[in-house]
Amino acid sequence: MFNTVEELIKSLTETFGPSGEEETVRTMIANLVRDRADRVFEDALGNLYAVKESNRPRIMISAHMDEIGVMVTNIDENGFLRIAPLGGVNPIMLLGQRIRFKNGLTGTVYHEKFKELKELDWSKLYADIGQRDAAAAENNVKIGDSACLAQPFNNLPGGRCLAKAMDDRVGCAVLIETLRRLPERLPQEVCFVFSIQEELGLRGAKTAAYSYEPDFGIAVDVTLVGDTPKAPTMAVSLGQGPAIKVKDSSILCHPRVRQLMVETAENNNISHQLEVLERGGTDAGAIHLSREGVPSGAISIPCRYVHSPSEMIDLKDVLNAVELMVKLLTKEWPFSEESNVF
Amino acid sequence: MLSELADIRGVSGDETKIRRFISEKLADRGIENSVDTMGNLIARKNRGKFETLPLLSAHMDEVGLMITGIRQGGLLNFMPVGGIDSRVLVAKRVKIGREGLTGVIGAKPIHLQKKEEQQKPYKEESLYIDAGFNSRGEAEKYICIGDYAAFDVNCTKMDKGFYRGKAFDDRAGCLVLLKLLLENNSLCFNAVFTVQEEVGTRGAMIAAYALRPQKALVVEATASADTPETEKEMSSTVLGKGPAISLMDRTILVDREMRDELAGCAVRAGIPFQFRRFTGAGTEGGAIAYSREGVKTAVIAVPCRYIHSPHSVIKESDLQATVSLTRAWLEDNQ
Repeated sequence: MFNTVEELIKSLTETFGPSGEEETVRTMIANLVRDRADRVFEDALGNLYAVKESNRPRIMISAHMDEIGVMVTNIDENGFLRIAPLGGVNPIMLLGQRIRFKNGLTGTVYHEKFKELKELDWSKLYADIGQRDAAAAENNVKIGDSACLAQPFNNLPGGRCLAKAMDDRVGCAVLIETLRRLPERLPQEVCFVFSIQEELGLRGAKTAAYSYEPDFGIAVDVTLVGDTPKAPTMAVSLGQGPAIKVKDSSILCHPRVRQLMVETAENNNISHQLEVLERGGTDAGAIHLSREGVPSGAISIPCRYVHSPSEMIDLKDVLNAVELMVKLLTKEWPFSEESNVF
Repeated sequence: MLSELADIRGVSGDETKIRRFISEKLADRGIENSVDTMGNLIARKNRGKFETLPLLSAHMDEVGLMITGIRQGGLLNFMPVGGIDSRVLVAKRVKIGREGLTGVIGAKPIHLQKKEEQQKPYKEESLYIDAGFNSRGEAEKYICIGDYAAFDVNCTKMDKGFYRGKAFDDRAGCLVLLKLLLENNSLCFNAVFTVQEEVGTRGAMIAAYALRPQKALVVEATASADTPETEKEMSSTVLGKGPAISLMDRTILVDREMRDELAGCAVRAGIPFQFRRFTGAGTEGGAIAYSREGVKTAVIAVPCRYIHSPHSVIKESDLQATVSLTRAWLEDNQ
């Protein structure tokens, strides 16, 4: 167990878990939530569920376990690896970066000669794991192995933190901490889903929503901010509270769910902001289109430098997100089984 | 009724007003209808003895804008909702938010532009909505991030049987469905007026799952390219030649049998039609066709000039022929 949310985030972000290889993260989370839920189980694809049983409605809360990374596509005679992105990775972010495989092996990413930066694409990148030839390299990695970025967690004076994989381990941390603080009995059933393969297209959340058949859905993920030098205009800033999502590329959040979030934040004096994200999606996109449709929304942790080795968040936003989630889930949601309509 | 339907503001995700208008029309005639979790409006005509009914679909939403931020001076930042060519935006009037405040899409006027600026279209990020606010504080009293803005345009009838207005995509389709629901006929079918088509055919996805049709017909408005720069043989659809039957679009390869069935209906009933000679752009066809175990689905569309702009143009005769063809197809599928 962890004493603080900060320690929890440190441990989660330093764990290995690129899309498709979420096992280590899943085991860690399963151990943390097992005693706090009525049922904890995995599905065929590797989503992890923690259910607090109660009456309907059923609310599904999803945060994804996977992080961006790279996959080995080729090993050459001199032991160099060619790599492909897992999720939206800008090749520039990888230059000179350390990467780490599941077995602990590390390497670095470098580039072939190029004249202008715009020539830089994946065909110019390779990973070097320090092996002399193909045979030596193959003793350590295989084609199809994945690696994550290797960066430690750092806390900064004033309560902000840097780490890889804040997207979306910080969301996982919000769920775990919320679950820890919830009372024994809730007015409605809540299922926390730690999903897989979000970065490849919301894949885990899609099947999880189909199997759990929720009445409402909420995703907890990171969002971009507009508060850095000459950033693209965006009305979300670090430290101003969790962002209640209005829209992204995957969903127009259900007005009733969004309203419930805003009201809960206002009534409890929890600082918050509204988010319109021009590009990017989250698990709520998959949940709301499941079966006959699931009214869904999302709570986002503002995050700088998303999909880089150094993603920055403000702990205040995380604590406020937990507070908002606890208040949201302990109050009774308006629901009628016959007409869960718009 | 086209004017009424087209003038109502209903950008994707904000379809309440248009849904209410349609559902009131249906209720007046005692036609059973309901709303689902996302806001799709589902109507049932003459239940009948059948287990599964053919499904008609048309989307209620239109392209528009969403407010993403408020600048210090009270000007509003926005992003497009659905596919809008940012070059059509400047100097257009919009209605903003629930209250429908009037605003105009502003940009630097020609007097103040540098020479090289005059030679290029405005970039989307240089545009803003001006609703006359003096400060951010004043704007915040009326506007909230996430509010919608829709084109402020009234539909008018032009000479020679043409209509000009916004949102014919897909209020034209809504009109076709509504006509067939409201008229006296003994046809049995389900009709769904969907939400959020313009952001990724989302409403149709869940409606198709819930209604489990075996056969579906999507009624759309589609881009015509019978404008001067297009050579005749290259035009995707032509106004005045009747509904366009789709062969394929980005979302669907139309079932051969369905396509032949529609063309057959048109020939037998003497209804003009054309094939859509273009395979890009998306419709709800895909969302319905690949729902559950699969649904035989076809798409027909009213040809429309200047689609996704504040002023699109359609021809009345095409609208009527689309109603006739849809009716003929339903008659064949009873």
